[in-house]
Amino acid sequence: MSDVIAATRERAVLGTSPTRPDAPAKVSGQFDFASDLTADGAVWGATLRSPHPHARIRSLDISPALAIDGVRTVLTADDVPGTNSFGLISSDQPVFAVDIVRFVGEPVAAVAADDPETCRRALEAIIVDYEILPALIDPEAALDPATPAIHPLGNVVRHQRIICGDPDINGEVTVEGDYEIGMQDQAFLGLEAALAIPDADGTGIELQIATQWLHEDRQQIARCLGLPEESVRLTLAGVGGAFGGREDISLQVHACLLALRVGRPIRMHYSRSESFLGHVHRHPARIWMRHHADRNGHLVKVEARYVFDGGAYASTSSAVLINAVTHTQGPYRCENAVVDGYAVRTNHLPCGAMRGFGVVQACFAHESQMDRLAAACGLDVLEIRRRNAMESGDRLITGQTVTSVAPVRRCIDETEALPLPDKAVGHGDHPYSLPGGAGLTTDTTDVVRGIGYAVSIKNLMYSEGFDDYSTARCTIENGVVSIKFATAEVGQGFVTLAGQIARSVLGVDEVVLEPIDTGVGSAGSTSASRQTWMSGGAVKEACELARDSVIASVALARGVEPGQLELLGTEIVDPIDGWRIAMTDAIQGVSVNEEAVYRHRPTVALNELGQGACHTAFAFAAHRAVVDVDVELGLVKVVQIATAQDVGRALNPISVIGQIEGGIAQGLGLAVMEEIVQVDGVIRNASFTDYLLPTIADMPPVEIALIEEPDPEAPLGAKGVGEPPTISSTPAIVAAIRDAIAQRHPEATPLSRVPVRPSDVVDAFRGLRPTDHDR
Amino acid sequence: MPVFHPIDVDEAVELLARRGPRRILAGGTDEMVRINHGAAVGEGEEIVCLNNITELRSWAFESDRGVLVIGAAVPWTELASGAIATLCPSLAEAARTVGSPQIRNAGTLGGNVATASPAGDGLCAAVALDAVAVIRSAAGSRRVPVAELVTGPKQTGLGPEELITSFEIPLTEGYQGYAKVGVRNAMVISIAGACLVVDEQHGISRLALGSVGPTILRCPEAEPLITDVILNRSGNTARLDEIVDSVRSAARPIDDHRATADYRRHAVGVLARRLVTRAISAREENNT
Amino acid sequence: MTGSKDDREFELTVNGKRLTVSGAPVGASLLSVLRDNLGLTGTKGACEEGECGSCSVMLDGNLVCACLVMASTVTEASIATIEGLAPSGTLSRVQEAFVDHGAVQCGFCTPGLIMAVSDLIDRQPNADRETIREELAGNLCRCTGYGRIIAAVESLLNEGDL
Repeated sequence: MSDVIAATRERAVLGTSPTRPDAPAKVSGQFDFASDLTADGAVWGATLRSPHPHARIRSLDISPALAIDGVRTVLTADDVPGTNSFGLISSDQPVFAVDIVRFVGEPVAAVAADDPETCRRALEAIIVDYEILPALIDPEAALDPATPAIHPLGNVVRHQRIICGDPDINGEVTVEGDYEIGMQDQAFLGLEAALAIPDADGTGIELQIATQWLHEDRQQIARCLGLPEESVRLTLAGVGGAFGGREDISLQVHACLLALRVGRPIRMHYSRSESFLGHVHRHPARIWMRHHADRNGHLVKVEARYVFDGGAYASTSSAVLINAVTHTQGPYRCENAVVDGYAVRTNHLPCGAMRGFGVVQACFAHESQMDRLAAACGLDVLEIRRRNAMESGDRLITGQTVTSVAPVRRCIDETEALPLPDKAVGHGDHPYSLPGGAGLTTDTTDVVRGIGYAVSIKNLMYSEGFDDYSTARCTIENGVVSIKFATAEVGQGFVTLAGQIARSVLGVDEVVLEPIDTGVGSAGSTSASRQTWMSGGAVKEACELARDSVIASVALARGVEPGQLELLGTEIVDPIDGWRIAMTDAIQGVSVNEEAVYRHRPTVALNELGQGACHTAFAFAAHRAVVDVDVELGLVKVVQIATAQDVGRALNPISVIGQIEGGIAQGLGLAVMEEIVQVDGVIRNASFTDYLLPTIADMPPVEIALIEEPDPEAPLGAKGVGEPPTISSTPAIVAAIRDAIAQRHPEATPLSRVPVRPSDVVDAFRGLRPTDHDR
Repeated sequence: MPVFHPIDVDEAVELLARRGPRRILAGGTDEMVRINHGAAVGEGEEIVCLNNITELRSWAFESDRGVLVIGAAVPWTELASGAIATLCPSLAEAARTVGSPQIRNAGTLGGNVATASPAGDGLCAAVALDAVAVIRSAAGSRRVPVAELVTGPKQTGLGPEELITSFEIPLTEGYQGYAKVGVRNAMVISIAGACLVVDEQHGISRLALGSVGPTILRCPEAEPLITDVILNRSGNTARLDEIVDSVRSAARPIDDHRATADYRRHAVGVLARRLVTRAISAREENNT
Repeated sequence: MTGSKDDREFELTVNGKRLTVSGAPVGASLLSVLRDNLGLTGTKGACEEGECGSCSVMLDGNLVCACLVMASTVTEASIATIEGLAPSGTLSRVQEAFVDHGAVQCGFCTPGLIMAVSDLIDRQPNADRETIREELAGNLCRCTGYGRIIAAVESLLNEGDL
């Protein structure tokens, strides 16, 4: 890494914040997102979806749709040439339903027609006769062996226990609680869209797609199409955000099937309401936890039971579940644990990856518990966390030793040290300074200010023995340095970082990024906070090989040993003979083509007792929330978030800050407003009118301290930064709301679910004697 | 699908008098949502677009009658600030809470009343202000209080040949204010709203409640109490509690995905108490 | 998704140019006509009900959601889109500020936000932070948490103070 660090600061190298290479196109509307793409002769595709959470298809008649002028084809399960199923971990989800539909929104058929309106009419014309079946909507019922299985693979997707240390030990102090997390949507703004272009001879297909993982998509698509993988070529179309929601197959297979059938390019777009049905969501969860501590607040044992509602199909439920159970202890030392976790199937919308991936749910519970424990031990909420703060070298409840840098105490201390808001409740005369905002709902006197903290641990990269790797290629031809990778740029800024790495390693300033497609090996998924580490590592290694190759050719030309030369900034220097040559000159006439595959160290699957070094690395963060709560109406205005985050090394500080602020906004959303509401298995708020995302008026200023302790295990010293902001911001906000509520009435019921609805705050006071504050 | 751009109300109502299906389009903030979501415009359907009728987009204060006349297609942005905000603050406050700047630049009070959502912010203010809708058709015109025109959720007494051209709002002396509860700080549909208008001259007050019933509700029992508390300075905790209870009994909320009936009933009581308290403070400030 | 095809052509004035629209579905929104009939895909759609601001355009000088405007009703209006904000190959100062301050991540909300910010600084060059929030509350961004966007806007306002 010395060469990297030695790079001069003025250049757009690591540690600086160069502007995004795609920013000029994005600000001028010239950047092509998936929904902007078209091709000559393209027609449109659309999907027919189940209106029922659980039903048997008695009959399906597509002939009325085929009779409509302009309809090119209608496809059902009978038309899937390969395997009629897909899935990231278990291939349990049909491309088109066969006999049974298991959630509202399950694809039953797809049509291709000349325009979207004809598609719509064709969908309406398809006659499906459904026999309604009882819907399984209670995840606890899914655990009952007496409940009929709604899928051939059974209702329990995974059960994972963790037994660590002495399961029977008890602490002097115990606190317990039940917690509930609602279903959150990724709500990326750029809706699902694809352009599928069949090869002229019909034996292959090109798919331009907004996705998180081109190669995984390709594998699943090829299997469904019954084509060899090399006949399916994917190119990354502009991605309008992802957050986990593009890790699974949505419209990919349908678009390809339609294109191959009609022999024309297919454009397929989801509407917002369809998007809510068409991708997986964050798992709703019910969690029970009991914490044992000695009277000084040192953790003795954690007990937990998790039930994750995975919805109708498995997606990544099993991995989400183990992420939750293995993070039960939070960023705290604990030697004994008894944990039981279930991911179950219901007739709800399928759930899978979303930023935080199981740890969001666990963290809400363990941080709520830590506050309870602090109260029970008579300790300050930060003091109890400091006393238990994990350090590098500690053993987790899985038996895994934390080898990552683990500055938990620094996260806590530096968060606490960040300045508090300088303004009191309801400063200024603008309504946005108070809860309720423009609604002129609240007067200053109705508001109580609360402060809360939360701290988190998050695994980075893929776990449990997954062969996790990324590929990058560096070529130098005609004096031009090019980098190629299949890393999905979803907005996070890897395209900026790749150039920074190349400039730092190679000592050149001009770097060309090649199109992102399946023309190079897999990069793995843009998820699990892994691309800076994994694809960053691959680009670094590819560039190092290329650099060494250039140095070798310079050495050969000069008749010196390559080891005698070194790259200093932008120059190859011979310190012995005392000459130097600019790298930009050295690469002229050199032909280099180096590919690198970066793998993180292997992990293992958990055994039956939940033991095993299943994770790769960890990152930590602390959050402080300051909220103003209208305690009478239960409305919350988040006034400020402060955070100190363990980033290893800030390779691009502005990008890191952007990830932190953006992640916090999603954590804020889960804390106070975002929830997919399903009633009897039917989604009730599949629109942006009713699924509320934080607006600019809801998002407070964020005070940030970046903790830079380069991680020796990370190829660039940097940890992934995307997920931690989303994880502990939610419990910090809820802790702050609880603090405000407790100030109004110390015996108020502590909040135990997110999102906190206004009625939850009101109900917290139910049945209490009015205090002096109440009028 | 012919699109008509009548340039005056006469032409508009003549178009509406013709047979056949049609839609009236002003700001588009409701109607276009329906169209985008699949309520397709039929083959022979006519669109009557009101954007070119300047009469609908202007307003005037008729000082002789003490009436503010607001064209039905004046956009929210114009209602939320400037002279209208001074003359009729509660309408301005309601207008400011509608949607987003983009929506406020397009949406109109006429559309809000015709859409007749119980969550309509402008509609709630219009009812509290005792606004009268001036309705035109080829056959003539009629004037109907907004409170009577709106008969239920998305239901009005407007005929297919009729057009709301303006609202007449009698201006009053005394406090008026609008407040609403939404789960977000901006761009949010009300889950409970309330508008209070105190008419000192006539010694009455009107409290209208939004999002707690099939349509905007008035509070005939609470209103005399409110008047008494505000004008006779008889306010104390017990009296305020009585008002809150009365308001909550007047509410007829339902459970839905946005909020529970219990919460809506609770919230509308809180809003009523706050508006009354604001009215008392405003009066005290004026008197000092 | 709107009704059957309308054979009638109509014209729109977009970014100062008179353009002919043909083959648009009956009742089509300005958003879909800009994107699908005129090839102006810089204006984005993400909700089609006025709740995200991605399709913000200027209509006769007013910021509106193009998804809520019926295209065939604005034939006489002046429409300005992101494509017309700066001559090809150049950036307006709002666009530059977004690039420079890291206000762009996935970029899907960006064209709509840039239209809204351009409108804001034209009308209220001295806006304070709360006014910025009120004026931009109609534009959802899911990536940035708005922090860098506010930084970009404030840099423009501060410029005005100098």
